[in-house]
Amino acid sequence: MNAASRTSEARAGRAMAAPALAAILLFFVLPAIASLFLGFTDFDIYALADIGNLRFVGLANYERLIENPLFWKAMTNTLLFVAVGTPFIVAMSLFAAMLVNSRWLKWRPVWRVALFAPYVTTLVATAVVWRYLLHTRYGLLNYMLSFFGIPPVDWLGSPTASLPAILLFVGWKTFGYNMIIFLAALQTVPRELDEAARIDGANRFTRLRHVTLPAIGPTLLLVSVLTVAGMFQLFAEPYVMTQGGPAQSTVTILYFMYEEGFKWWNLGSGAAVAFLLFLCILAVTLVQLRLAKRSGAL
Amino acid sequence: MTLRRWSVTLLAALVALITIAPLIWMVSVSFMARGEAAQFPPPLWPANPTLENYHLLFGTFGVGRFLINSVLISTLATGLALLFTIPAGYAFAKLRFGGRDAIFRMLVAALVVPGQVGMLPLFLELKAMGLVNSYAGALVPWLAGIFGIFLVRQYCLSIPDEMLEAARIDGASEGQILRRIVLPILTPIIVTLALYVFLSSWNDFMWPLIILADQQLYTLPVALAANSRQNVQDYEIMMAGAVVTTLPVLILFLALQRYYLSGLLAGSVKG
Repeated sequence: MNAASRTSEARAGRAMAAPALAAILLFFVLPAIASLFLGFTDFDIYALADIGNLRFVGLANYERLIENPLFWKAMTNTLLFVAVGTPFIVAMSLFAAMLVNSRWLKWRPVWRVALFAPYVTTLVATAVVWRYLLHTRYGLLNYMLSFFGIPPVDWLGSPTASLPAILLFVGWKTFGYNMIIFLAALQTVPRELDEAARIDGANRFTRLRHVTLPAIGPTLLLVSVLTVAGMFQLFAEPYVMTQGGPAQSTVTILYFMYEEGFKWWNLGSGAAVAFLLFLCILAVTLVQLRLAKRSGAL
Repeated sequence: MTLRRWSVTLLAALVALITIAPLIWMVSVSFMARGEAAQFPPPLWPANPTLENYHLLFGTFGVGRFLINSVLISTLATGLALLFTIPAGYAFAKLRFGGRDAIFRMLVAALVVPGQVGMLPLFLELKAMGLVNSYAGALVPWLAGIFGIFLVRQYCLSIPDEMLEAARIDGASEGQILRRIVLPILTPIIVTLALYVFLSSWNDFMWPLIILADQQLYTLPVALAANSRQNVQDYEIMMAGAVVTTLPVLILFLALQRYYLSGLLAGSVKG
């Protein structure tokens, strides 16, 4: 290839990448970096009206957050969602994937689509449906439970039941996505391996633990990382279903950030929350990658 | 063996039924007469199916307006995303230019940053540009889709260099090569990407909630959430609203599921 065509290729490459890169720079990178700086200012409704009111306040936003009980409530709630929700959702997804992957299964594509369907539905719409489904008096769930002699649960009205109730909804909404990823991994596990273990007398759980799980290790990690990131980003669920209540038991970090920023217009403080959220996600992701490297999954 | 086959299939059918039960119930309740759903035990099917809720929804509540907003924003978001993403994905895969690999590595790293981190500054930025409370403001995040660039790049890597080289020797310009040779090859991934962006922008909630203050501009999810927070006790109407909001994307997915699932896997491999 000659030099002239090299140059024209490079010129074309830059021209084709430029619009997307400019948009990413302007609407993604710049705001993300600005978030860090905004967090060091007292940007509020007065600064919104007149930028002259803006002052640099150093770490004051962070200091105030540390003293704000609602911030800690949002933090602990979110960590609770991560700690309880991740294993629950990963296990649920893996179970669904193994069921759909079973060689005894007939009409596999039908079940796969049915189980995946909730993932593509509109979050707000299904949150509205689930709010009704979880209704104490008229909800289908309590009605079903009544057949097992379980008295009505005030799912969205009691501070202890609200988190499991939302997790149930989030699990229903997202497990199909993880299931598809797990399915792809399971299909690469040779059937003979499982078969050999079965002939050796290994039961279902031993085979799961010693054959299947090691074989899909990297996928297990990927799904966990994605699920943790998803748990940190819960917003519409509490917004629609509980408005953060009852007793602030479902205020998540993102919900707190939204109220701080767009309800009270404390954009400086909201940006500080956003930055902390980013640090949390980054930390969890790095820890999980480190664990995976140590265990040899990657 | 037959017994085993049927027991596994039965279990899968049961799990699938539980999974789609909320969606079936949503549709069923949306056809109930007003007040019918607020009963114990909860009725599973409408006694006398009626379209009353949908009439009210499109008449009194003016949902048609939100439907148009949603269709417009999702369609424009899809078109713009394709326009920005496809050439960039192709360039990153097949055209050598200075700094290409370094920029690409930075894009990979940027994927760790969730979009919500920059939401407040982005709001201020768009306010300065006069784009708050406009369709344009709602569309902006879809221009900056790193995932789409990955998807297209991944697919382009499989195009043989000899093919492009031959076209160059024949005197085709780089733009012609993209239009006449690369785009036809990319058709499946373009459908995947278009479907993905359309569904994501249709279902998106937090950003339109922030950027669209004027009720006339609300998308379906934003309007539905606003109504549901006013503690509406009319379950039948709320379910009809949920049906109008989610049924279009559900049908779109069912029609094109092959493309959607293949894109999902390509995306998750990249992480």
